[in-house]
Amino acid sequence: MSSLDIAAIKADFPILKRKIRGNNRLVYLDSGATSQKPNSVLDAERDFYLNHNAAVHRGAHQLAEEATELYEGAREKVADFIGADSNEVIFTKSATESINAIAYSLGNSTVGSRFHLKAGDRIVLSEMEHHANLIPWQELARRTGAELVWFNVTDEGRLDLSNMDDLINPKTKVVALTHQSNVLGTINPLEKVTKRAHEVGALFVLDACQSVPHYKVDVKSLNVDFVTFSGHKMLGPTGVGILWGKKDLLDEMPPFLTGGSMIESVTMESATYLDAPKRFEAGVPNMAQAVGLGAAVDYLNKIGLDRIHAHEVELTRKALEGLQTINGLSVIGPKDLEMRGGVVSFAVDGIHPHDLGQALDQFGIAVRTGHHCAWPLMKRFKTVATTRASFYLYNDFDDISALVEGVERARKYFAER
Amino acid sequence: MELDSLYQEVILDHYKRPLNKSLAANPDAQVHHVNTSCGDEVTLNLHLEGDRVSKVTWEGVGCSISQASTSVMTDLLIDKSAADALALVEEFQAMLQSKGKDSGNEDHLQDGVAFAGVSKFPARVKCALLGWMAFKDALQQALKNK
Repeated sequence: MSSLDIAAIKADFPILKRKIRGNNRLVYLDSGATSQKPNSVLDAERDFYLNHNAAVHRGAHQLAEEATELYEGAREKVADFIGADSNEVIFTKSATESINAIAYSLGNSTVGSRFHLKAGDRIVLSEMEHHANLIPWQELARRTGAELVWFNVTDEGRLDLSNMDDLINPKTKVVALTHQSNVLGTINPLEKVTKRAHEVGALFVLDACQSVPHYKVDVKSLNVDFVTFSGHKMLGPTGVGILWGKKDLLDEMPPFLTGGSMIESVTMESATYLDAPKRFEAGVPNMAQAVGLGAAVDYLNKIGLDRIHAHEVELTRKALEGLQTINGLSVIGPKDLEMRGGVVSFAVDGIHPHDLGQALDQFGIAVRTGHHCAWPLMKRFKTVATTRASFYLYNDFDDISALVEGVERARKYFAER
Repeated sequence: MELDSLYQEVILDHYKRPLNKSLAANPDAQVHHVNTSCGDEVTLNLHLEGDRVSKVTWEGVGCSISQASTSVMTDLLIDKSAADALALVEEFQAMLQSKGKDSGNEDHLQDGVAFAGVSKFPARVKCALLGWMAFKDALQQALKNK
């Protein structure tokens, strides 16, 4: 049994009291897309606007001082959360922007610098990437003439590392991998890959959108160069994402977005830029959202990531067991709990995921259906779409039972008509 | 159950036994349409004889709504004049975009009125329109090429 007091946690999330399509209890199993927000996060955002709103890092007045303190305080909380120094933590508007910031920065670097990519260089990805960690690299490859290559995915939904030494060769400049697949739930083993990437002098970018919210990610011990994730998947508001990078790299890289707040000095002809993090935070940032994210980090710390992860493993165990008793249902992704997060994708014979999702919605169960922004992975598993349930700290065993019963009910509904 | 208003018998019938689902060769126009939010797709071949829609054949993968709707569309529009076919597409589209207010004219749309319930589910309207929009596109291309 779980050591979390789920009833108390649920009480912190007012939306979970909603009734859906009539009088159904909301069973929210779409946290992989976005998480719900506890009162403390909503309060923090509102308190910022109510009592402290001012543009950070400018103005000599008291509100500006308070706003700056809250904003920088949130940065410190996020930094502590991932084992980073606060001047390595950059607030962006989303994880997607974080990855684009790296790709565009590399694309803006001067010829001959360690960040410059040219024809013949290589960018290594995997078949299980979310489009956010695929398209920015396709675009960078297109602009620079670099070659895009990728790790395959095994039938079990694991990264196929058998050709790693060929894929990551001395021409490789960037290796960008997801920490945990948003479709399969697979947690990728990083140690060998980061070691190989650094052996050949490549930069390692980790898409941690599906990992940081759910278990301890210590950026220093992972031996990676950049980590990206979003606030809204970890109980925080939308409109705030994180880019973490090694300080010496960030300070040397050209900026992505330019404008106010990121300059050191300016003439009509040119400008020089501040070091990270400000170098990558042009314009007035999403302050209230960053402060809300700080409150989300406080909430996660209060519950404890280790306990959250252990709870999600139990939910996943129950879901995998229950779903696989259903006639014609197949799980797409690992069927064991080894190196696996709380995301379960599945297909039911003869029922398209959209129809299944529609039926589940009528029972109050919110799941994601479709390609999950991972078309190449769908193709790999010879499908166009799956149904995906994803779990978080506020889900309980009743939610999993509701899912299993709901899928069975939907299966019967379509089979018998 | 509210599901029944969406998944009417006629929809599930067409889903299980789709009409004209096999591409005929040498079309006057071929189009491929994709629902980008879910990956559903349809390839549609259109044959015209003069001004008359003589064949509408298709291949596709997708949910029951998109596949059944495409099947119903082919059955309705074959043998219509280009102008009548386009008018029916407009009428079907208006019904789908009516948010449940327009239950459809059965004399015109025949089995197509089964999709009136879909208009109450905004996320599914695109599914129901996939094949119809492909037809419209194909017809416009075929007419242009004539």
